Amino acid sequence: MALAKRIIPCLDVDDGRVVKGVQFVDIRDAGDPIEVAKRYDQQGADEITFLDITATHHNRDTMVHVVEAVASQVFIPLTVGGGIRTTDDIRRMLNAGADKVGINSAAVKNPEFVREAAEKFGSQCIVVAIDAKQVSAEGETPRWEIFTHGGRTSTGIDAIEWAKKMVAYGAGEILLTSMDRDGTKSGFDLKLTRAISDAVAVPVIASGGVGKLQDLTDGVKLGKADAVLAASIFHFGEHTVQEAKQQMASQGIEVRL
Amino acid sequence: MQHVAVIDYGMGNLRSVSKALESVAANDVAIEVTADPDRILAASHVVFPGVGAIRDCISELQRLELDDVIREVASKKPFLGVCLGMQALLSRSEENGGIDSLDIIPGNVSHFDITNDANGERLKVPHMGWNKVNQSLSHPLWNDIEQDSRFYFVHSYFVSPNEASVTAATTAYPDDFTSAIHKNNVFAVQFHPEKSQHVGLQLLKNFLAWDGQS
Repeated sequence: MALAKRIIPCLDVDDGRVVKGVQFVDIRDAGDPIEVAKRYDQQGADEITFLDITATHHNRDTMVHVVEAVASQVFIPLTVGGGIRTTDDIRRMLNAGADKVGINSAAVKNPEFVREAAEKFGSQCIVVAIDAKQVSAEGETPRWEIFTHGGRTSTGIDAIEWAKKMVAYGAGEILLTSMDRDGTKSGFDLKLTRAISDAVAVPVIASGGVGKLQDLTDGVKLGKADAVLAASIFHFGEHTVQEAKQQMASQGIEVRL
Repeated sequence: MQHVAVIDYGMGNLRSVSKALESVAANDVAIEVTADPDRILAASHVVFPGVGAIRDCISELQRLELDDVIREVASKKPFLGVCLGMQALLSRSEENGGIDSLDIIPGNVSHFDITNDANGERLKVPHMGWNKVNQSLSHPLWNDIEQDSRFYFVHSYFVSPNEASVTAATTAYPDDFTSAIHKNNVFAVQFHPEKSQHVGLQLLKNFLAWDGQS
């Protein structure tokens, strides 16, 4: 088995600037998504994901320009998520140089949108982002539901059933975020990751909760994730992508070094 | 002067391909994304990229009257097929219920069977990510690229050429499949050189330096 497990740094972008703070030691302007993307590319990132957290229409155009600028200098796969609601949104991002788009709330609102998008652009570029939260009590069989609005609003939809449905509708990949773990630095929800990865035939990206390098290895080994996504562990210079890969390789995981 | 035509038939990431070519090309090389048969026929090098589904690919090529143009340039100019642009060169694909393709390289295109690897781990489809490319022979397009370098793949179908001699590289998932083919002035790859960082850019650079003789 030679296919490498992937490490994907994620950047939150608001009005053309990286937010949540990114601090590399030797980069003066750490808010510039192009500089940050270049740095991760040099560190050996396998892909880069941009999450557009912009609210206004005007700022969406800014995101298109960011993607164009990054795509002319960074030659690895780029994914853009956040605010993808129409096939026009997808076309604009792909034309700007994105390879994949992440669809989240638009899929919950209208699952047919995923089918339409996959038929039009191919499953290979349609990533369905799932925000899941455990709803079962301790001691019960674990159960997770889909949440929207940053984990505040429950939809009542079972996460595993939803993942299967999205793949049946044409999703080529699942980006799975545990809303219980997101921002906690306590590691991925490995049971959730494992349950979704076992349930679907397409690759699953684990997200939410990475606080140390071992968490990435656990996501692959125990969670059976095909790729791992992290933000703050890389942004503040605690670890480089290269260090993360070496750690994974030392525990027998195939990575691109 | 060198003039590279990137064939534009509305399928996928043409901008990525042209940007990657621009980044490795000398200043006097013109890189043009075009659907104009005259421009494609006039080019010194032709790149045929593509992502998506084969039915749309072939029907768009026919609608734009590019199928015969591709057959012509593939018979005489340095020609690089990428991903779906490789699969379309074969005789037939089983995607979309079975689609006759350009038949420039005799053979078929099939879907990966969902299967397990040697450790019993289930392999996911699409085959997505960085995998090793084992060069089956020496070729100018492999210049300065190490054996078993990792390139970026994203596909659910793979090519099986009838003649084993056209295979220029293989990749394991979990069985070996043909990940690059060569025939005279045609070279084609299943992976995405434009998304494969240094090794991908090196392959594109080698393509621009290639005279189509191997």
